[in-house]
Amino acid sequence: MYVYDAFDRTLVAERVAEFRDQVARRLSGELTEEEFKPLRLMNGVYLQLHAYMLRIAIPYGTLSSQQLRMLAHIARRYDRGYGHFTTRTNIQYHWIKLEELPAAMADLASVGMHGMQTSGNNVRNITTDQWAGVAPDEIEDPRVWAEVIRQHVTLHPEFSFMPRKFKICVGTSSHDRAALRIHDLALRMHRNDAGELGFEVMVGGGLGRTPYLAKTIKPFLHKRDLLSYVEAVLRTYNQFGRRDNIWKARIKILVHDLGPEAFAKEVEAEWTGIKDGPLALDQAVVDEIAARFIYPDYPQLDDNPPELAEKRRGDRRFAAWLDNSVTNHKLPGYAIVTLSLKPEGGTPGDCTAEQMDAIADLADRYSCGEIRVGHEQNMVLPHVAQRDLPTVWRVLDEIGVAQGNVGLVSDIISCPGLDYCSLANARSIPIAQEITRRFHNIDLQRDLGRLHINISGCINACGHHHVGHIGILGVEKNGEEFYQITLGGKADEGAKLGTLIGPAVPYAQVADVVEDIAAAYLELRERPDELFIDTVNRLGVEPFKERVYATR
Amino acid sequence: MRLVENGRIVEDRYVRLDDDAPIPDRVPIIVSAKRFLAEAATLVRRDGSVGVLWPNDKRVAELEPWLGHLALIALVFPKFKDGRAYSQARLLRETHGYRGMLRATGDILRDQFHFLVRAGFDSFEVKKDADARVFAEVLARYSIYYQDGADGRAPALRRRLSANPVPKARETV
Amino acid sequence: MTSPLDQKIRISGPVVVTANRVGDGAVVYRSAGARWSTDLADAAVTSDAAAARDLLKGAIEDDLSAVGAYIAPVKRSEAGRLQPGNLRELIRWRGPTIALPVTPVEQSFVLQG
Repeated sequence: MYVYDAFDRTLVAERVAEFRDQVARRLSGELTEEEFKPLRLMNGVYLQLHAYMLRIAIPYGTLSSQQLRMLAHIARRYDRGYGHFTTRTNIQYHWIKLEELPAAMADLASVGMHGMQTSGNNVRNITTDQWAGVAPDEIEDPRVWAEVIRQHVTLHPEFSFMPRKFKICVGTSSHDRAALRIHDLALRMHRNDAGELGFEVMVGGGLGRTPYLAKTIKPFLHKRDLLSYVEAVLRTYNQFGRRDNIWKARIKILVHDLGPEAFAKEVEAEWTGIKDGPLALDQAVVDEIAARFIYPDYPQLDDNPPELAEKRRGDRRFAAWLDNSVTNHKLPGYAIVTLSLKPEGGTPGDCTAEQMDAIADLADRYSCGEIRVGHEQNMVLPHVAQRDLPTVWRVLDEIGVAQGNVGLVSDIISCPGLDYCSLANARSIPIAQEITRRFHNIDLQRDLGRLHINISGCINACGHHHVGHIGILGVEKNGEEFYQITLGGKADEGAKLGTLIGPAVPYAQVADVVEDIAAAYLELRERPDELFIDTVNRLGVEPFKERVYATR
Repeated sequence: MRLVENGRIVEDRYVRLDDDAPIPDRVPIIVSAKRFLAEAATLVRRDGSVGVLWPNDKRVAELEPWLGHLALIALVFPKFKDGRAYSQARLLRETHGYRGMLRATGDILRDQFHFLVRAGFDSFEVKKDADARVFAEVLARYSIYYQDGADGRAPALRRRLSANPVPKARETV
Repeated sequence: MTSPLDQKIRISGPVVVTANRVGDGAVVYRSAGARWSTDLADAAVTSDAAAARDLLKGAIEDDLSAVGAYIAPVKRSEAGRLQPGNLRELIRWRGPTIALPVTPVEQSFVLQG
């Protein structure tokens, strides 16, 4: 849990004051909308279909209970009682008034939260794994490096007006839970042959109209060189990224057009000049930031305490939830608990103010006051003692976030779509809702096993549909909503883009199509424990395509 | 448009010269990049300051041979969203060690002042009079930055280190 | 991004000009007398491209009251009431087609697929 100090708080406070002034100048007419728009975007304020939308950064998906309570307060006081967690581990409020924004931002600043650089052509929220700091398979806590970079790129004088947005992701575990390769810049920590720790640097990932997976441009970068290399990448992008066409302005296009080798050379040339300058990371600077990540003082506990074993034996529902939503902690006696924000018939990623308050209370008592948010739009309590799991489960069940459907077919990742978003061509949320109704039966869900559905309401792909096991993309045809279906995408270390299976299907048929695909999988799998994605990889999309389009 | 330097609105001593205009005696001039590159040898020998207006899609490394002779380099923000000149400014200052005057021209609003100063600009053609008048006031609002900036202010990382002794990095559990 | 005024205005039926109110982002419609109303019934309607263009121009210039003005299709009900002319405008008019997690007074509008 990173502890803000006086410097961090002052920086945020000064920017809140600046934005307050900009809002006042807008409301008085001193600033036109054309002048105000880039300024409000730099603070995460969008104009959507019904109202302004405020996007608040949750750096590397980590929240204190105090911050979560403030998010609940914002929802209640300035919005309609709920917030939406996004695929970039930020939170969005969809009913914000511009006039009230300065007050809302002052409230958020009081707990160190803000919307800086959650939109605009700058470096966005730096993401990582929602199990950072507690996952058994990580080398070290990626959030320290995310914070080092975050500070450097916040209100950076050179990189605040780039050709387009820039998304960075840091990973330090063998299993990629953060979808590294769909980012503009991904940093994967690993050991080289000499046993030193450093980063594989990958550039040019991104979904949208032209999806690409990031390419490795530097197999091994020493920790000391992290900032100077990131600087060189950003500087190369800022100078040479296209600015003539919004659809060609991301770094993925530049990397593709130059070729990864030529791009890497350009970066290397720039980097060579600056690597030994002020951006070379002192150990002292890194230690200082690392020291302000406060870790709990974990009492030493045993694995599988009697309270847990007994409850597991005696309560089937608890046992099922345990198997689905609870994973191993790096420490014996502890557990990582995933909270599902995907109730049947609900909006993926939405959370009410009441739920936020209840989760914050639970975090205080059972998770050392800390909560995480993941790109899959679920939440995590990262520090739960195994002996507390029965109690925690009971409360989560009451709150409505213990569906036991994590990673299953009803754990859908979806953008807000045409119900909210002015960029959308089609609705996404009702599609998700109907799918969850069709797969209401939890036993069927378990039988299907791990199955990631991603839904985007337009080509901007905020639902990451390209990397869904089943990807659904909303398009408009003659004023009607249609949906393209892809299969076989993956977001993890085996990252792959999905394959289109055929012509787009109308709104009313999407849930039927998903049922057909699920039924086909059940027939085609080699054994019950062959995962859906593995069946698709083994057989290709043809058999699924045949099934879906046989009668359409 | 108002020129701001040293926190105040000032008169522009420089004259912008068309490509085919005769070069006046002693008057400080700004010429286009095209003209400068074609006539550099003559221009840098003249009696009087020479400045160049450099487009934002040309590498500043091309100016390297003449940096010691250029009293002013004017960089361009065609729209303030187009931030290429920030990189050009930092390269000139930090990579090439340029010490002359660096002027920001084009679509300059008050909301860019602190970015511009920290990127190394010290002369500003400000689009709106009202913005020009509050230049110093606007800059005074910001006391903390995370990065090193050309304005010489120590970034937060280093200020912290001098303010507090570094606690021992905790062992992650 | 091209301004709506630069784009060729082609209309094939009745249209209105709509935008979002600056202060709170609420959906508004350009009414006669160069004003804005949250009520679609007040909107100035035209089926003529030149008139639509003029309406849009005035709306865009009124940057202080509303932003993002554009031309949107409408239709008339049997009773002659103005209604939104496509799904996007319907959603802007009535709100999301899904129940909000916390539904206050307004009805959630559920659209049949």
